[in-house]
Amino acid sequence: MIDREQVLHVARLARLRLDEAEVETIAGELSGILEHVDRIRGLDLEGVEPTSHVVHLENVLRADQPWQSMPPAVALANAPEPFDGAFRVPSPQADAD
Amino acid sequence: MPEELEAVIGLEIHVQLATRTKMFCGCELSFGDEPNVHTCPICLAHPGVLPVPNEEAVRYALKIGMALGCEIAPRSIFHRKNYFYPDNPKAYQISQYDIPICGEGKLGDIRITRAHLEEDAAKTIHVGESGRIHGSAASLVDFNRGGTPLVEIVTEPDLRGAAEAAEWARLLRETVRQLGVSDVNMEEGSLRVDANVSVRPAGSTELGVKTELKNMNSFRFLQRGIEAELERQRELIGAEGTVEQETLHFDPASGDLTSLRSKEEAHDYRYFPEPDLVAIAPTEAMLQEARDSLPELPAARTARYEAELGLDEAQARLLAGDPDQAAYFEAVVAAVGEAAEPRVVANWVTGDLTAALRAADDAERPAVQPLADLIGAVASKQVSHAGGKQVLAILVADGDADVAAVIEREGLAQMGGDDGELAGIVAAAIEADPAAAEQIRSGNGKAIGAIVGAVMRETKGRADGGEVNRLIREQLGL
Repeated sequence: MIDREQVLHVARLARLRLDEAEVETIAGELSGILEHVDRIRGLDLEGVEPTSHVVHLENVLRADQPWQSMPPAVALANAPEPFDGAFRVPSPQADAD
Repeated sequence: MPEELEAVIGLEIHVQLATRTKMFCGCELSFGDEPNVHTCPICLAHPGVLPVPNEEAVRYALKIGMALGCEIAPRSIFHRKNYFYPDNPKAYQISQYDIPICGEGKLGDIRITRAHLEEDAAKTIHVGESGRIHGSAASLVDFNRGGTPLVEIVTEPDLRGAAEAAEWARLLRETVRQLGVSDVNMEEGSLRVDANVSVRPAGSTELGVKTELKNMNSFRFLQRGIEAELERQRELIGAEGTVEQETLHFDPASGDLTSLRSKEEAHDYRYFPEPDLVAIAPTEAMLQEARDSLPELPAARTARYEAELGLDEAQARLLAGDPDQAAYFEAVVAAVGEAAEPRVVANWVTGDLTAALRAADDAERPAVQPLADLIGAVASKQVSHAGGKQVLAILVADGDADVAAVIEREGLAQMGGDDGELAGIVAAAIEADPAAAEQIRSGNGKAIGAIVGAVMRETKGRADGGEVNRLIREQLGL
């Protein structure tokens, strides 16, 4: 079970502000996911290799060739407060307090 | 008397790879361009994009791993390192976790824990008054650097002092530089060194609580930062306090260490395998190519100079650390042949030549053959060492000068003992300084210097010091 404290901890790491009702909902949802994983763990997996990926591919690489980057105006098109060609964001220092 | 506390230091080194493009997209790498001119949907983390690793970065990582004697993983995977900060728009950094591309290795006496591939973060600039948003301070983010390929090298805590750590870091930089995979410029941030520092009672095998030092952008600051932190920890423990695990920022201007918690607060990265990237399993061809491209590296070259050329360790390391100088030295050794020992050539190259180049405002080295001729001429006593230095100054000014002609023209040919000229000058010098002569006779060996000096002045350095000494003793009946 995921408890309230764990939800708040993960929310803090992700800089999410949750109200009490959301904390409860999410605790239930996350617990459900973990329960599902537990159910899988209960299966007989003897002889099954653990895998991190579902595709059996290796070494999918690209040549070190430059491509055309986006014009800065396009890159910044969705930035709410661009400033001098940069993305302006609230100070993470202030945010941490 | 408090017990002695031994320093225990490990380093984490980030090397920016000098590829043309970023780690997972084709945006060009640059330094000092206008902000955000090298971005795309991948490095800005737009939804639905797929990263694809840069094969050159993988090749460079393999070269670094091999140069550090690391075990190369037959199959390594990428992980997501989750953290929320504006320098990384995905809210995770693609890195490697439990299966890095390069495993255990060793450089010099220091064990390497691992070397793995990852991507660099964007550059954030904190702005003051002018950049305020709704009254609160803001940061400006430039994603040109975001996604630059990095190799992070981690050492075991094998270093035992600040100076040793700085010296080893220099060896590492030289090694990586000679691989041609990075600019390794600490001021520009293409080489970044963090230090994990702790102390423990001398002789103990347990590790004390460590702190992590960041922002030391030169080897000098690295050494000073570690020194300051060791002192702080020793004082703290001496006063019955305890060291707290934290990240410290070193300010080279004030020498202060300040705690840096905001970004590091949550050391809870929740790593998990990166589902968008498949494993890297270096093929035999990839490994062979990396192996074949390795130059002879400083540590190996130092060992060869000691074993094959009979140089002492300090001199071997001095020469081996600079590939241009090493190549020049080896060419001169070959050109000198049997005329002089490699040790003698090393003395010339690292000593008199280096001094002469510096005296001539960092002039170019002379051509190989003239220097080899000069070293041969001194070794065979055609010219004295002092005379040789005069010839060297002329060679530095004119790199293709003919050594025999210079010796002739400048009248520097060494005076032998055969024609009696030198014996005459020695006799005159003894006569001119009877007090010194008396002292030498009565057993004061040091007094001979005065007469040798007089002879050298008279001959303008053309006489061989050993021969002058012999003649003085002979004439004084010693």
